[in-house]
This record gives sequence, C-alpha cells and structure tokens, in this order.
Amino acid sequence: MRVYVNGESRELSGPTSLTELVTELDLPPARVAVELNRAVVRRSEWSTTMLQDDDRIEIVHFVGGGHAAHFASEKRSV
Amino acid sequence: MSTAITAAAKESFIIAGREFTSRLIIGTGKYRSYEEMRSAHSASGAEMVTVAVRRVPLDRSSESFLDYLNPALQILPNTAGCYSADDAIRTARLAREALQTDLVKLEVIGDQTTLFPDNEQTLEAARVLVKEGFVVLPYFNDDLIMAKKLLDAGCAAIMPLAAPIGSGLGVQNPANLRIMREQLPDATIIVDAGVGTASDAAVAMELGADAVLMNTAIAEAQDTAKMATAMKLAIQAGRLAYQAGRMPKRLYASASSPLQGVIR
Repeated sequence: MRVYVNGESRELSGPTSLTELVTELDLPPARVAVELNRAVVRRSEWSTTMLQDDDRIEIVHFVGGGHAAHFASEKRSV
Repeated sequence: MSTAITAAAKESFIIAGREFTSRLIIGTGKYRSYEEMRSAHSASGAEMVTVAVRRVPLDRSSESFLDYLNPALQILPNTAGCYSADDAIRTARLAREALQTDLVKLEVIGDQTTLFPDNEQTLEAARVLVKEGFVVLPYFNDDLIMAKKLLDAGCAAIMPLAAPIGSGLGVQNPANLRIMREQLPDATIIVDAGVGTASDAAVAMELGADAVLMNTAIAEAQDTAKMATAMKLAIQAGRLAYQAGRMPKRLYASASSPLQGVIR
C-alpha cells in the first residue's frame, strides 16, 4: 500500500492507523496536527483511522515566524 | 513610574473577551537563537506571540519549537506563507487542532515580491473561518472598505499593514490609519507589519491603533532585548499620547510665553 506523507511517497507493509504512522515517524503526538485527504483528523480519532491506498497525509508542527517574509527569504537562499 | 504610565500599563486590551495588559504582539521568527528569542520576548512584556505552521520534516528528528516558548504566553498561530483562501483555511484548522486555540492570525499573501496581502482571498477565508468558530485576526492592506468588510464578516480585530512585511519602513500611510480609527471607533485595530524601530511603533499607536504586531524589527536588531524594551516603552508612550490628544498642527509659530511684560 502506498500513501503520501507531506508530499513524499511511502510504502506501508500492512494495515496502518494514523497513530501507528505518527509513532513510526517518531513524531511527538501532542505537538503535531494531521490532515488526511485535506480534512483534519482529531487526535482522538487517529487510532481508529486506518490508512487506505493513495491517501494523502499532511503532518504539521509549529515553527518560528511572524509574517511571510521569514519564509520568503528562506526560499531565496535555497 | 508616574500615575499616567501606570494607568497606561494597566489599561487592558481585549480580543474576543480575552484581556491583555500588553499592546505589543510579537513574532517568533528570524532570531539568532532560541535563547535570544526568549530574552527578547521577556523584555518586550508581550503576552501574545505568533507562530507559523509548517510540514514536519520526515528525514530527521525535529525538536518541538513550542517547548522553547514561555508557557505563560498566549500563542497566536498564523497562516503565514499561504497564497490562497483554501490553504489558509486548512492551515488554520490544523493549528486549532494542534494548539486547542480558536485564535488565528489570517494571512493570505498575493505576491512574492511585495508580500502584499490578497484582500479578496483573505475575506473569503475570514468568512469561512468565522463560521467555524475561529477568532479571526486578518492581515490586510490599509483600506477602510476592506476593514469594514472584514468586520462585517465577524473578524474579532483587523490588522492593517504599516508597510511591506519585513521592510522596517514604518507607517507609510498615516492618513489611512487615522481614517480607519475615526470611521471604526469600536473596532480593534492592530497594526501588523512594517514597523522598523520604536518611533514607528509610537506613531502607529498615536494614530489610534489598539496594538502593534511586529517580528523583524526586534529579531533583526543588533541587540534584540534592548529593542524589545524600546518597543514596549514606545507602545506605552504612543498610547498615552493618543489618549492625551495632541495639540493641533500650525503652519506658523505660536508663542508659549505671555506677550505682555517683556522689558523694553
């Protein structure tokens, strides 16, 4: 089964819940938020949300920033 | 501290029923280190800081940025870097889920060179987010009509820019801010973006802003904690001057000493 996490393709060996995915990626569950196919999935629903082939998952956290400028300057330096 | 300064410091600033003593909101980007950021935050006296939402890097373990913030601070997630209403809405929803706060600084950028806001997309996103129960604080061009539309949409406050993001140019259109203040006396106006130094913050407050949000002006100063202190004082000074009511401007001199009794 193939899913896409933050735009990157990822092969899953068997049935995987969002909780298992977050654990496998070694992410702090209390500090991230998850979107599955463009809809937010509440933390309380992660364990019962099983991933399907071709699912698009976004996992975000918080970074320093005030305005877009910070990120625009990062883009230029790449 | 004089009574007036004490009064200004104690007078509260309210957003959606939440009370703040400080009228300075600051960013968390561009600091040279977390330690420096923490010192600047503490010196500024700010009670609210804004943070951005980004994809978690999957190739390396990342420390949690939130752990570096003073836990007493109110966190204001922002949608910085979003270029469409849809992206901003998704970002706001993710932030709410992770932080359990309905506050959001809505930012939809329209152009990479100027980083000017896309007012149309901002309004569209604001309408959706307000309906979903968010306390929306939108960044927008300093335009009265847009301000009215955002308030009609149910935004808790409005955040006109002073100048382009990160430019440090200070208030470029004082007349627009003054008109906005006069025409929208009950609105909470937070000047967002473009402040470069303490006098710029004071000007924004003298024009009647309720608060100022800044990031680069402090983070890019040589001594960030000192600039944070300067900003805190400038905002208090500007607020007091606004409340005091300034003298009228005159083209010609007006003597301040009695004209009678001068020796001949």
